[in-house]
Amino acid sequence: MSTVSTAPAAQAPAPIPARRSGFAGVMLGEWTKIRSVRSTVWTLIIFVVVSLGLTALLTWLTLNAISNGRRSDAASSIVTDPVNFILGTGLGLGQLAICVLGVLVITSEYSTGAIRSALLAVPRRYPVMLAKGLVFAAVVIVVGEIVAFLSFFIGRALVNGHVVTLRGNEAGQVVTVHHTITVSLSQPGVLQAVVGSGLYLTVLGLFSLAIGGLIRHTAGAITAVIGMVLVIFPLAGLLPSSWGAHVHAYLPTIAGQLITQDKTTAGQLLSAWQGFGVFCAWTVLLMAAAIFLLQKRDA
Amino acid sequence: MIEAQDLTKRYGDKLAVDHLSFKVEPGRVTGFLGPNGAGKSTTMRLVLGLDRPNTGTATINGRPYAQLAQPLLTVGALLEAKAMHPGRSARNHLLFLAQTQGLPSRRVDEVLDLVGLREVANQRVRGYSLGMSQRVGIAAAMLGNPSVLLLDEPVNGLDPEGILWIRNLMKHLASEQRTIFVSSHLMNEMAVTADHLIVIGKGKLIAESSTQEFIERSSEKTVLVRSPDAGALADLIAAEGGKAIPQDPAEGRAAALSVTGMEAPRIGEIAAANRIVLHELTPRLGSLEEAFIEMTAGSVEYGGDTPAVAQEPAASVTSAGSSQ
Repeated sequence: MSTVSTAPAAQAPAPIPARRSGFAGVMLGEWTKIRSVRSTVWTLIIFVVVSLGLTALLTWLTLNAISNGRRSDAASSIVTDPVNFILGTGLGLGQLAICVLGVLVITSEYSTGAIRSALLAVPRRYPVMLAKGLVFAAVVIVVGEIVAFLSFFIGRALVNGHVVTLRGNEAGQVVTVHHTITVSLSQPGVLQAVVGSGLYLTVLGLFSLAIGGLIRHTAGAITAVIGMVLVIFPLAGLLPSSWGAHVHAYLPTIAGQLITQDKTTAGQLLSAWQGFGVFCAWTVLLMAAAIFLLQKRDA
Repeated sequence: MIEAQDLTKRYGDKLAVDHLSFKVEPGRVTGFLGPNGAGKSTTMRLVLGLDRPNTGTATINGRPYAQLAQPLLTVGALLEAKAMHPGRSARNHLLFLAQTQGLPSRRVDEVLDLVGLREVANQRVRGYSLGMSQRVGIAAAMLGNPSVLLLDEPVNGLDPEGILWIRNLMKHLASEQRTIFVSSHLMNEMAVTADHLIVIGKGKLIAESSTQEFIERSSEKTVLVRSPDAGALADLIAAEGGKAIPQDPAEGRAAALSVTGMEAPRIGEIAAANRIVLHELTPRLGSLEEAFIEMTAGSVEYGGDTPAVAQEPAASVTSAGSSQ
């Protein structure tokens, strides 16, 4: 309409000149979508507040408990592996917000019908899922790394220089040990654990996105992801015998979390990066399944 | 040009579209008519590649929808169910669509102006009235200035002004040699909007003709007769080959008959010859809506198992028409 048409009047109107934008255009569109709904912003704010707030709160409470002479397992883990304590507390709960967001990014399209608009625009379908995954991963890796580093710095400020007095019973004698907690990015494995926490969250987001794409219903998919991450995978550690241990070690988030730890534990079956690779492999597999069903199913 | 060839879609046990073939030509508004649940939306979803047909193919300008690289530049669609995230503004909804097609963002403003939503474009769709949502849908359909438009029940929920607006827009777009395919379950709306009609019932083709032809064939002449001696008159009419159906008696008025197959003058002559008093003698055109309901009810009744109806859609039209 706005263009100068050289075609005869009886012909259909000349199409608007549009450059073939291909996959870049689909990515741009997905970026517009993810930034233009409030649920994205709110879920990320919840993720940041919960992660940083709980890291500060639980670290402070635990140190206080030690100072007051109460001793617990948590208290001893903050002494034996303070980096793991810092990165495991706040992010351990904050990761659920990433699970929810990963699911919502795709299931909200099904619940609102927006998926039909997307598939009308991109009838080949799979570029929609790929672009969504890449854009979402870019958002999570930026926010996730920032939160991982901030969590570490908050925890470091609280624990560094804290002197704990541990009383133990050794060979019938009461032993008192004074221990000054010190953590630093330059300690072996610490930088990998902090950076790895952001990477773990990114793959967890994609893992959730894939589950959301498979299940297509918000409530069902969130329940499935959180059930797996919080209940089913950890409980698999109770499986008997060595095959049980192997199954447990290769479960998606169990393997994936190895990269968030600065120390290796005795009997660890996979290295940090091997574990991360296993988590990535699971996620690629689920994403492939989600894309396969996206191609096949009615929208 | 839209072409459907032998489309069939089954959802579980339910046959939503049953070996449906039709063509939608450019330069005119083609109405896609059928009662609720006739398979109109499903057919449109099959044409748009949202659902996969069990048999058959659908092409737009000779190509399946899925093979169009920038589909919105060729085809615009307004789906019946909302296809927008309520938490997103109209502008962002249109912007995302424009970006996937490589369209400049000024095109978003152009279509917002076209549907008159520029002022509220930055508000979230959640707060829009049904009419405003429909306008966003039209804006999305017009984004790529497509030569083919599919509109599923576009006047649903619109006020009279909105209905008139859409009606005129569709006629204008058809006059620009575009292909306009619009579904509705309202016969009267289609009678004033569409140039050509494709009527389906139970997923099967019932009739395909120009709207004019359809109206002439469907609307049957009847005569309303009111008389205190209606029973005797009915017998006399029947004896002369007419058909008189008693109507629900109105309070305090003489009994009424609806007569078909006989003109008003002849009824008057019969009454006069037999000294029967007439209170009213009114020739009427049959309601198009009634004819449509009659026709599609037939397809529901015989649908599914009787192959004769499926193979001879014209026969069902004729039988539905002549049974009155």
